[in-house]
Amino acid sequence: MAALNGANDGAPIRVTVKRKVFPAVGGREAQLVLKDVSFEVAPRSFLVITGPSGCGKSTLLNIIAGLDKDYEGEVDLGPAKDRLTFIFQTPRLLPWRTVYQNIALALPDGDPRHAKIPPMLERVGLGQAIHAYPERLSLGMQRRAALARGFILEPQILLMDEPFVSLDDPTAASLRELLMELWRSNPTTVIFVTHDRAEAIQLGTRILRLAPGKASVAQDANVRLTDAERRDRAAVLAEQNRIFAAT
Amino acid sequence: MAGSLLVLALLWHILAIIVQSRYLPTPIAVFDVLLREGASGDLWKHTSATLLRVALAFIVSMFVGTAIGLALGRFKTADRFFDAWLILFLNLPALVTITLCYIWFGLTEAAAVTAVALNKIPNVAVNMREGARSLSKDLAEMAIVYKFGWWKTLRHVTIPQLAPFVAGAARSGLALVWKIVLVVEAFGRSSGVGYRLAIAFQEFDVSTILAYALTFILIVQFIEFSVLQPLQSRVSTWRR
Repeated sequence: MAALNGANDGAPIRVTVKRKVFPAVGGREAQLVLKDVSFEVAPRSFLVITGPSGCGKSTLLNIIAGLDKDYEGEVDLGPAKDRLTFIFQTPRLLPWRTVYQNIALALPDGDPRHAKIPPMLERVGLGQAIHAYPERLSLGMQRRAALARGFILEPQILLMDEPFVSLDDPTAASLRELLMELWRSNPTTVIFVTHDRAEAIQLGTRILRLAPGKASVAQDANVRLTDAERRDRAAVLAEQNRIFAAT
Repeated sequence: MAGSLLVLALLWHILAIIVQSRYLPTPIAVFDVLLREGASGDLWKHTSATLLRVALAFIVSMFVGTAIGLALGRFKTADRFFDAWLILFLNLPALVTITLCYIWFGLTEAAAVTAVALNKIPNVAVNMREGARSLSKDLAEMAIVYKFGWWKTLRHVTIPQLAPFVAGAARSGLALVWKIVLVVEAFGRSSGVGYRLAIAFQEFDVSTILAYALTFILIVQFIEFSVLQPLQSRVSTWRR
């Protein structure tokens, strides 16, 4: 257990995908999704993978999460691999369990962290909805519950696949704020997928851009913004223009 | 609802008085028969025998049908192979399975229950196959990522998704099973409501036919309202 508590801080995540192909289905031809995508992620950094729809971002994340094993290459998550959490594009809550039960189910039975569920829900603004069923909540609230479920595990690796897509602007902004706050209080290695460039710049410490067609990494850049600047639209826009100037 | 049934009984009564035939007794005459059969113990003897067969056939067909349906829903090759069989059994008339079971296995209790179950199993299987096919891949991935393990996954992810299909199969199953049980009894058993109805038919005793039919309808309605419907609403409280 000692390894889980800081001894592995120095170990980066290593991802190498030589080839990932979607097999031919029906009349559609086999499709090359990823080719020679290789990168390392430093511990406690916030990596954003961006690119247009269909460039293989989500597929890459599924490979890193171990959900997709049908690829050529290797993913080394290091000793932190057992403390991985994935926050999906849709909340993926169990509709027949309450918000509280959904989060409790992510923890092993008898885990002391069960006591932290109510304060965690309070923190994400679901204090009034602890015993509500997910389908009675708005999409924004369901996403908050999904965030709470991810963070209650105190993960060392956090994978997120466009978790704020299809929300209205203020809701998405407040959830981004919440994510940054949660991340600052429990810095983990984050790999965050989005097609939204402003979101990428606002959240990430490093941007990896995948290009469509090429199926590989087109750009790898560090974001030079302070926490205060991330809240400033103009600063985010300027940084966005600097990083994506070439495209 | 009680009011609408009362109107039906009233219409029946008026019609019976107008027609004045021994083949259409009044509701009061039927009730008299019911009391007589109840007092002699026959009513209880025959209904309990039928209920036992219904319960047995129901349980067997739910278990076997669920197992087959889930297997077909999960394994595509098996599904492709057995699909034609399933359609064949779905379209096999109840009368054929009943007569064949009696001929092959004799006029026994086991043959009777098997015949009823064989009629219901394909139905349950088709229902549960739909259930297995509709299992969410998204939630399955979620359960993997959050390390649910097989027991938690079964209990909190899989079973709740299958519950509506089980409930649907159970409700349609009860209605089908008890009707077929009566036929099986009329053909080859010497107890049960079906047997009693067959005797009454030979005597053209419409009062007895109606008395037993009504008793059984009431029992099935009671099971529907006191067991199946509450169960279904319990498993769907989470719905919006």
